[in-house]
Parts: sequence; C-alpha cells; structure tokens
Amino acid sequence: MATQQTQLLARTLLTPAVALLFIWMIVPLALTIYFATLHYNLLDPGSESFVGLENFRYFLTDPAFLASLQNTLVLVGSVLAITIILGVPLALLLDQQVVGLSIVRLMVIAPFFVMPTVSALVWKNLLMHPVSGLFAWIAHLFGLPAIDWFNDAPLFSVILIVSWQWLPFATLILLTALQSLDEEQKEAAEMDGASAISTFVYITLPHLARPITVVILIETIFLLTVFAEIFVTTGGGPGLQTTNIAFLIYSQALIQYDVGSASAGGLVAVVLANIVAFFLVRIVGRNLEA
Amino acid sequence: MARMVTTRNKVISTAAAWLAGFLIFFPILWMVLASFKTELEAFAIPPSFLFFHWTTENYVTVQERSDYLHHALNSIIIAGGSTLIAMLIAIPAAWSMAFSPTKRTKDVLLWMLSTKMMPPVGVLVPIYLIFRTVGLLDTRSGLIFILCLGNLPIVIWMLFTYFKEIPKDILEAARMDGATIGRELIYVLTPMAVPGLASTLLLNLILAWNEAFWTLNLSTLEAAPLTVFIASYSSPEGLFWAKLSAASTLAIAPILVLGWFSQRQLVRGLTFGAVK
Repeated sequence: MATQQTQLLARTLLTPAVALLFIWMIVPLALTIYFATLHYNLLDPGSESFVGLENFRYFLTDPAFLASLQNTLVLVGSVLAITIILGVPLALLLDQQVVGLSIVRLMVIAPFFVMPTVSALVWKNLLMHPVSGLFAWIAHLFGLPAIDWFNDAPLFSVILIVSWQWLPFATLILLTALQSLDEEQKEAAEMDGASAISTFVYITLPHLARPITVVILIETIFLLTVFAEIFVTTGGGPGLQTTNIAFLIYSQALIQYDVGSASAGGLVAVVLANIVAFFLVRIVGRNLEA
Repeated sequence: MARMVTTRNKVISTAAAWLAGFLIFFPILWMVLASFKTELEAFAIPPSFLFFHWTTENYVTVQERSDYLHHALNSIIIAGGSTLIAMLIAIPAAWSMAFSPTKRTKDVLLWMLSTKMMPPVGVLVPIYLIFRTVGLLDTRSGLIFILCLGNLPIVIWMLFTYFKEIPKDILEAARMDGATIGRELIYVLTPMAVPGLASTLLLNLILAWNEAFWTLNLSTLEAAPLTVFIASYSSPEGLFWAKLSAASTLAIAPILVLGWFSQRQLVRGLTFGAVK
C-alpha cells in the first residue's frame, strides 16, 4: 500500500521533467524534418511547396557543404589532439608535488569559465592582431615577420582559440582521474624496480584510457557545434575557410533565409552528433550499473 | 640522497607548473591589464606590461556609451531565471529516480542524456520561427525558456548522482520512526542534499551565463545578455580594445570567481558522473 503510494508519487514527480524534455526533443525535430521537405524561403513568403528530398540533394551536393564538413572535422580533430596531447602532461605535472598547487590550478582552469565571445575577441584583437597584437611583437623581437593570423591561417586561428578554451576541461578531468589512481600500485611498481617510463606506460596510461575516451566524446559533442568563436572572429571566411556545419546552417537560415535547406542541414548535423552520442551514452550507461 | 632528489624534483615540477599555469592564464591577465590602459597604450608597440598610465576611464565609458548595466542585468535574469526554473523541475525528478527507482529509471536517465546530445543548430530553424511567430525573439522570457530546457538534462543528472549518494538506510529509519514524507523531506533529506544542490546551481549558472549559441541567435538588443553585448565589439568600426577589455573583464569576473569555487563539480557535472 505504502509502496504503491510512493511509486505513484515518484511517477508524478518525474512527469513534468520527462514531458518537457520530450516536447523539447520531438516538436522542433519534427518541424525540422517537415521544413526539410519544403521549398520554404522567408524572403519569398507564400511560395512554400513540397519538394521531397530536394533540399537534402541541394545541401549535400553544395560545395559549401563539403568544405564545411571538412572544416568541422579538421576543427574537431585538431582541438581534440591539442587538448589531449597537452592535457595529459599538464595533468601529470599538476599531480606532482607542486608548491602553490591550488593557485596554479585556478590559473589553468580559468579559460574554461570565460565566455566564448570574450575569448575569441581577446585572442583576435589583443594577441593575434597582425600589427599591434602581442604575438606580432614577439615575432618582431625574434626578427621574424608578423603573421596575419586570420588571413593566412584562419582555421588554425580558430582552432587555437577553441583549444585554449577546452584545454582546462581535458586537464581537469584527467587530473581528477589521476588522483583516483591507487598510489600503492605505483609504489609497488617502483619497488619492483619499474622505471618511471614503464610505470607511466603500464599503469598510468591504461588508467587514463577511460577518462580520455570521455574527454574525446564530450568535447566532440560541443566542438561539432562551435559557433560563437567563428561568428565574432571570421564570420565563416575568408571565403568558406572557417565555415563549419553549424555556421553554414546558421547562414542559410538567418542570412539567406532558406528554411528548407537549413533544415536539411540541421538534420545532417543531428545525425553526425548522434553517431558520437551513441558511444557516449553506452559508456555512461555502463558506469551507471557499476 | 633520496631526499635531495625529491627536493630537486619538487623545485622542477613547481617551476614547470607555474610556468604552464601562467602561460594558460596570460590572455586573461593581458586583457585585464589592457582594460586599465588608454586606447592608445592598448594599441602601442612595443606593449607596456605594467608601467603605463593606469586609468579606470574605460569602465566608466563602457557604462555611459553602451549601457553595460542593462546587459549585465539581462545576463543575471536569464542565467539566474533559467537555472532556478530548471532546478524546480529537476529536483522532484531526480529525487524520484534516486529514491524510487524502477526498471526503467536507467533508460529514462540515458534518454535524458541523449536529449543533451542534440546539436542546437539542428533545431535552430524551427525554434527561430516559433519564436518569431509568438513574439519571443529578443525577449528575456524566451531565452530563459530555451536555456532552461537546454540545461535541464545536466541539472537532473547532477542532482541524481548527488541524491544517489545519500544513504537509503537513513530514510528507512526515519520512516520507521513514523516520519511523514513531508517531514522526511525537510528534516532528513534537505540537509544532506544541500551541498549537491549548491554545486548543481553553481555549475548551471556558469553554463547559462556563458551560453553563446541561443543568445546570439535569439536576441539582439532588448534582451541581449553580456555574450551578445561583447560580440557587438567585433564590428570593425574603430579600435576600442581597452573598452572591449574593460567590458570583457566585467563580464567574466563574477563567473570566474564562481567557477573557481565549483571546479570539482564541473568534472562531475560535465561528464555525467562518468569521471568523479
């Protein structure tokens, strides 16, 4: 009797959240699918007509799509590589005995809390400006020519900014994982005469495999839709050089007002994200049982 | 001998860690310094690091010329409002799943997580059109609504992992002693849940404050929070670096402080409990 009551109560408490998330997921997605089958341009109201898969054909064969897909993959891949290759040694370093560790950790984690528009504009104007940015001055000190970052290497510039934002996240997660590593295991290995390198390769690295996977999956989810950093620095240009899928869809929807094509693009983005999500949900789910 | 090596290692790792920390933090430091320079000095080559004419005039100008406080207020209302509403919806849900789990609880949780995986750009078009139709574009309530839904899965997940750690025996003991559900909630659960509630609140405040996809696309002026206000400095109609820096410093300072307090919860919240 009491249990039945409790279960009823539990279900009642859960319902609002489930209902809201269900609506949030289903309604926009259904509308996106519906719009994707229409010829629908906001500049040409009243001309809506059913065109089947035409928008998908248009979006997927648009040269801009291939370029933006490539940019998306390069952006995600590079930022993942940079944050993990720098994050692992950084986390190992912060796991050592360091005087003033709490202050160092505050400095390392700080970029993650800076809003994307601020980090992008500060990097672009104060650091990477070809004439009066700090990097130009440093290059000048070494007698090197200044780099016009956003013209000569626009995508790399965006990658640099986004990596700076996500390095703290990777480091913090890897550090948290390292701190849960059993000290005794490492000590035992050292007593058995294992060198620092083999301790790292055979004990630390396998221990980090899981958190690294988690970092890769979560960062990928967020990096697939990097938007603000591109919006305030390059606007997708020059040409299409920094247009990723998120920015391409945005520009089709809110600059060209082509609702049909942008919706088709949106579904492509959903499919891409779902491939990653599939693996992430499985890993988290496995953890839930343990 | 062994001790000497340890001391040397400590010195080396301390030096390396401080150097790395300084390099990573430097862009923020450089921005804060620039905010106290005149526009001319902020632009000057060679740059001056500490020995410049310190001034606070940029902070005054930012407010006078562009009504900074209006956007700061928007940020506070939008981030605070969306977080509070999300908490109100999430607390009962997480409580129910943590304390009365059913066979389907795990599926429900994973399904909630999967809604967070949907890229916002995938639903930009319908949300924008719905907002335009019902007049929610550039309104605070519209942004509160969207950010609340966007963060709801994370809020529920974080609360769930915290509630899960509250020992169930205590609840049973309270029930044996004849405590009603209401008393159980107020006297037993709440005190134990407060730390988890606080960290969830904090992390989601940070996420909502920094959210820059929906805010950039759905607001322009009236409801524009600081993310959008700062973005307006990207138009190349003159070089206002010192003012950009002052506005940016003000925009990130409160959240940086909150963030530093919540760094442990960050790992837990953003990995959905996969790394603790």
